[in-house]
Amino acid sequence: MKHFKKALVILLALTFAASAAWAEQLVIKGSTTVLPIAQKVAEAYMKENPEMRISISGGGSGNGIKAIIDGTTDIGDSSRFIKDKEVKLAMERGAYPVPFRVAYDCIVPVVHPSNKVENLTMDALKMIYEGKYKNWNEVGGPDRKIVVISRDTSSGTYEVWEKKVMGKSRVYPGALLQASNGAVAQAVAKNPNTIGYIGLGYMNKDVKPLTVDGIVGSKKTTLNGTFPISRPLYMFTRGWPEGKVVDFLNFVLHPETGQKLVEATGYVPLY
Amino acid sequence: MAGKRQSTEKVMRTFFFCVATASIAVLFMIMVFLFMEGLPVFNMVSVKEFLFGVYWYPTSDPPDFGIYPLIVASLAVTAVSAVIAIPLGVMTAIYLAELASKRVAEIFKPIVELLAALPSVVIGFFGMVIVAPFLQQVLGVATGLNLFNAALMLAFMSIPTICSISEDAIYSVPNALREGSLALGATQWETLWRVVVPASISGIATSVILGISRAVGETMVVLMVAGGAAMVPSSIFDPVRPMPASIAAEMAEAPFRGDHYYALFATGIVLFLFTLFFNIIADIIATRYRQVGEASL
Repeated sequence: MKHFKKALVILLALTFAASAAWAEQLVIKGSTTVLPIAQKVAEAYMKENPEMRISISGGGSGNGIKAIIDGTTDIGDSSRFIKDKEVKLAMERGAYPVPFRVAYDCIVPVVHPSNKVENLTMDALKMIYEGKYKNWNEVGGPDRKIVVISRDTSSGTYEVWEKKVMGKSRVYPGALLQASNGAVAQAVAKNPNTIGYIGLGYMNKDVKPLTVDGIVGSKKTTLNGTFPISRPLYMFTRGWPEGKVVDFLNFVLHPETGQKLVEATGYVPLY
Repeated sequence: MAGKRQSTEKVMRTFFFCVATASIAVLFMIMVFLFMEGLPVFNMVSVKEFLFGVYWYPTSDPPDFGIYPLIVASLAVTAVSAVIAIPLGVMTAIYLAELASKRVAEIFKPIVELLAALPSVVIGFFGMVIVAPFLQQVLGVATGLNLFNAALMLAFMSIPTICSISEDAIYSVPNALREGSLALGATQWETLWRVVVPASISGIATSVILGISRAVGETMVVLMVAGGAAMVPSSIFDPVRPMPASIAAEMAEAPFRGDHYYALFATGIVLFLFTLFFNIIADIIATRYRQVGEASL
């Protein structure tokens, strides 16, 4: 019996020790656009702080903010600002979401490399996505049908495109839908008739970026606000962060650490 | 001694009863959840508007929740894939069960079953990277990501189901029937079409329905290769957006318990009713045209 009690005490002590180690865990959830940034930065952070365990998962901006409201994550990534409905829900649950701007994303229209079109105006982009321009020769290209590729209507990238390019009108129903930046790039690279839009970070040599109103989508034009289709990316916390969370966010925002990695991932850093 | 045995018997029976109830209860709860999360959408749109509305703009302001193009897309993709898969699947089954030599059958059967083991994402990737550019170049269609491509990929997925279940059904037709038919002077062809296939028709029909219901609910393939345009197609080379693709693409970013979220779950209800319908049909065929006597499975 005595031995049994001793064993129990040791077991309890071990459990406490384990849960103390558990407390050093940081959970990040949300936007797949912010995911590569979170991954790169977390890797570097864990190298400097080996006692820290950071678990990262995607799932979309909506899920990131939802996790903040539910309190199931420390940091919720989002490629858009929080919506009114979500703020209301958060207040009802007693959560106060705090946004941190961590990087900029720049969304660039892309076409097949064989396409001779170099530049499109915002109006032309709108007409194409409304389904009013149906042939490339209407915008100075070859006599080929335009195949419009868009993103699923609930993605953050689509939201930015809709807000910045479409204004009050809608993307026409005949537009193809792809579920990720990578899938859009893939579909455009495989079909000479297509036009799509992807984040600057997903640009590769299989697709050709277009200039918009004569402006090249780049780091410089995003930060000085001249490139018309760009947006800030956020990390949300539930209430003002403390302890490890604030330390991690400082790491993300620091020009020499996190922001360097933001640039390496293909996004536009803040500085 | 006898008392102990009886109690063991009782315990075992209760145990298995609990296991069976647990799985049914879980399924039932999933169904309840599906309806709970889906029905609130009908506070905003009527059932008719939802099922027959032609515009799907769930995030616009004001939103449009019409899933008619999605329903048409699901039905069209399934129908075209059935047209491809049924003849291929059933004829392969007939060949393997009746005509192929033993050695050929031994090689072919595992290969067909291997098709069933291919993950759907691999089939989708194949359709996206190989078939889509092929359709664009050879047929000159505007985009290779379309109804036909999706149907072709889904056919690949339902052929193994159709083939292996049909093959079992044909194989289980007793030799006495074949021998009787041949003894009456029928040729092998006549025996096949007039005796063997009718004797196994319920098994074949069940396999077809199960294959089709797999195609209706399949998500990854249609998400990757159907194109995803939420419009009613006017040709089989138009891009379409079947219901599962819409749910999978949008669910992750739909605000929790928002209107869009409810609408996606309601789409899930419609999809559930479709597959339920197919399964009930399969069940009816299997019981009504049950193979009797020696021909039973």
